[in-house]
Order: sequence, then structure tokens, then C-alpha cells
Amino acid sequence: MEKALFIILAVAAVAAALNILVQRNPLYSAVSLIGTLAAVSALYIMLRAQFIAAMQIIVYAGAIMVLFVFVIMLLNAPGQQHAVDKHQWLRYLAAPFAAAMLGEALYIFKSVPAIQMPASPAAAAIGSTESIGVSLFTTYLLPFEVTSVLILMAVVGAIVLARREGD
Amino acid sequence: MTDLFLGWIIKIVVIFGILMTAVAYLSYMERKVMGWIQLRVGPNRVGPRGLLQPLADGLKFIFKEDVIPRDANRLLFAVAPALFLVPALMTFIVIPYGSQVTVFGRTINLEVTRLDVGLLYLLALGSLSVYGIVLAGWSSNNKYSLIGSLRSSAQMISYELALGLSIVGVLIQSGSLDLVRIVQAQGGWHGLKWNVFAFQELGFVIFYIAALAETNRVPFDLPEAEGELVAGYHTEYSSMKMAMFLMAEEANVITSSSVAVTLFFGGWMGPGVGRYPWLSLFYFLGKVFVIVFLFLWIRFTLPRFRYDQLMDFGWKILLPAAIINVVITATIAMFFPGFFGS
Repeated sequence: MEKALFIILAVAAVAAALNILVQRNPLYSAVSLIGTLAAVSALYIMLRAQFIAAMQIIVYAGAIMVLFVFVIMLLNAPGQQHAVDKHQWLRYLAAPFAAAMLGEALYIFKSVPAIQMPASPAAAAIGSTESIGVSLFTTYLLPFEVTSVLILMAVVGAIVLARREGD
Repeated sequence: MTDLFLGWIIKIVVIFGILMTAVAYLSYMERKVMGWIQLRVGPNRVGPRGLLQPLADGLKFIFKEDVIPRDANRLLFAVAPALFLVPALMTFIVIPYGSQVTVFGRTINLEVTRLDVGLLYLLALGSLSVYGIVLAGWSSNNKYSLIGSLRSSAQMISYELALGLSIVGVLIQSGSLDLVRIVQAQGGWHGLKWNVFAFQELGFVIFYIAALAETNRVPFDLPEAEGELVAGYHTEYSSMKMAMFLMAEEANVITSSSVAVTLFFGGWMGPGVGRYPWLSLFYFLGKVFVIVFLFLWIRFTLPRFRYDQLMDFGWKILLPAAIINVVITATIAMFFPGFFGS
């Protein structure tokens, strides 16, 4: 049962991810990315990481991707597709970067012990909201606070940049 | 295992049926209440007291011509109404609509499923319902649709923050994201422990206003302000696709009301629930009915906001108020541990 669900979700996630690259229309790519995120979120639930699954949907699918779609809709000009050609040299950078990513992924696969598919009950305790909250505010307090300050700076910076053009 | 699945399927089918019926009759209720408020009669021709009106409306939608604009994006145009309707219906599986009852000798929990992160699940689905509107507006290839959907996505993103923060107070008081435990934490004190009476008055007001905005209801129905935008994001829609938008809108009203009842009005709690568990169902339905009526009352009483007023209100009043509410509740919880009984 779990295996069948896993295969369905994994295929959906990978297919949607491939679709992001294949599609010419940026909006289709964005919608595919939402599909990938939803499938990955379902996979998290199968690993009993409910909190992460919910956050995946709320933060990525619900907030960030909405902004993506928003921007794509506003800049929806089909005539601008030639702009891609200016950055031909990026093509030569892509191969080494892709190789590096693949290497990292394989390295991690090697070091991780076999994943049990019906996740063990112990995993539920790790993935619970309470344990994540506790570790965020004790063990990882400093990185957590630093990140929030960083985000605040980014927000202030964005407002300043947006304001300057108006005045 | 099969037993569990069978239970789930039965519950899902029953709830789906009830919810769809409720959605249909909410449109009837809406027109009747509008009639009374405006000193009219409302629909009264089809069936006794007009009670078959939703059926007639449904038939009408089915037999209408399904028009797809020539320049529309056909795929997204067809998918968008479903993307709007599905999250509205999915929300219902976590809402506890009653306590435990015994049917044919087996104990049944009156909720479809119980999630540890039920509250986050609600927020997640709420944030996904934007896509239906956004894609509908974009795929129609119509300036009114596009402006309507842009407005609505901006509005929903803005008010989602206030909505999420207004719930945090409840979360602190009950100490759980599990909706069943949130309901149970509101039992006792003869109903005075409902969150709306016990320290979350401000939280409820913020939640309710934000829910009005999230469901695109008056006074926040700018996405479909007919004076400026024809019909907003569903200008180009017709037939059953249009009906799906209307259904989703009504379903959203019912869902938000149910969530409000669960979080702030003690869910299915009420006198005598311990002895007669079936009563809990009626308490829940009764409370939801009252909140839904409040939605309608507001709709036919208040005028619409202007768009800049809407944004100002959301960001400069509602959001700070929600943050203040969180700070106060958190301070109490910190300095008086055990104050909220958890």
C-alpha cells in the first residue's frame, strides 16, 4: 500500500519537475512546480513529517509560488522570448553545475542508511510540530534569530528600492 | 485496515453529500435573507416556499451553453474552476463536527480524519485556493478578468497574514494544532471557556474580518466589483464552470464558518453533550448556521471598500492588531503558566 502510494507520488513529482523544464510557457512551468511541491509534500506526510509537509504547502506553494505566478502574469509578454539567446555562455556553466549537484545528491544517498517506507514511530516524534519548535528555540536559537534578522533586512531593502523609483 | 478505509469512505461520501446540499441551499438562504433585508419576498415560485429553487438553478446551469472564449488558454480555463472548488471541499475532512457516537454497536468519531497539524492543514488549503482565481483570470484573456484576479490574489495574500496570526492566540491557549484538542480545550465553565469569550475576543474579530476578505465577500468583494470589473475573474465563464465558482464561493463561506465555530465557539461543545453525544452534531450545525447568517447579514448591510482602503485596512490595522493579540496572549501564557489550563 505504502509502496504503491510512494511510487505514484514519486512519479508525479518527477514528471511535474521535468515538465517545468520542457514547457515553453513560463506559467505552465510555474503550475508544474506547484504540482511538484504538492507531491513532495505528500511524500513528507508518508515519512511522518507532517509539520514539514504543511509548511511546504503554506510557504512554497501558497506564498512564494503565488508571487511567481503573479509576476509571470504581469509580465506576460510573448514577444520577449528571444531574451534567452543573450546568455548563451550560461550553457557552458550549466553542465559542471549539474554534474556537481548530481555528485552531491549521490554522495548523500550513499551516506544515508536505507529509508524505511512505512516510517518508524520514532520518526513521528522527530517530525512533530512540538519537537521542531523546541529545537528551533533551544539548540538552533542563534541561526533561527539570525535568519529572521536577515529576512527583515531583505524586506526593508525591498521597500527602500520600491520607494526610490516612485519619488 | 479495510474497516478503517470503509469508515473513511462512508464518512467522506456522507459529508460530501451534506456539504453539496448545504451549498445549494445556502444560495437559497442567501436570496431569501437578501429579500427579507431589502423588504422583498425572495424566491417563492419553485416548490413550496421556493424550496426547490436551488434544483431549478442547477438545471439551468447544466443546460446553458458552455462558452470558451476564442483566445482563452483552453487547458487552464477548464482547470481553474476545479482548482478553486477542490480546496474548499477538502478543508472539511479535518473539521470535528461532533463527539463520539455509537452506531450499531461501534464507536465512531465524528470527524473524517484527525491530523496532528489540522490547523496548519486548514491554512495550507486556504493558501492554495488563490490559484483557482488567479488562473481563471489569466486564462480568460480578458482585461477585466485579469484585473479581478490580480486584485483578489493581492487581497488574499495580504489578509492571509492577519488570518494566520489571529489563530495563534487560540493555538497558545489550547496548546495544540489538533482541532479535536482545540475543541476539547474549550469545554467547561458552562460555555464561558469558548475562546471567543475567554480572551480571544480580538482574535475572533480579526479572524472573522480576514475570513470575509479571504472568501471575497462584501465588503471585500473587489475581485468581482461589478461596477468596475463586470464580474471580475469569472467574467468569461458560463454554464457549469460558472456554477463551480459559485459553488466554491458558497462552500468557502460554510467552511470558514465551520472553522470559526471550531476555533472560537467551542466546536460541538454544549450542555448535555456528555450524556447524549448526538446532540453535539446539532450544536455544531446550529452554531455554523448562526455564523453563516452573520456572513449574509454583513453582505447585505455594508457597502464595498475602495481598493486602497482595503490594503490600508489589512496592513495597517488588521495586521498590527493581530500581532498585539499574539503578544498579549503569549505574555499571559509566559508569566502565568497554567493560566489557560494546558
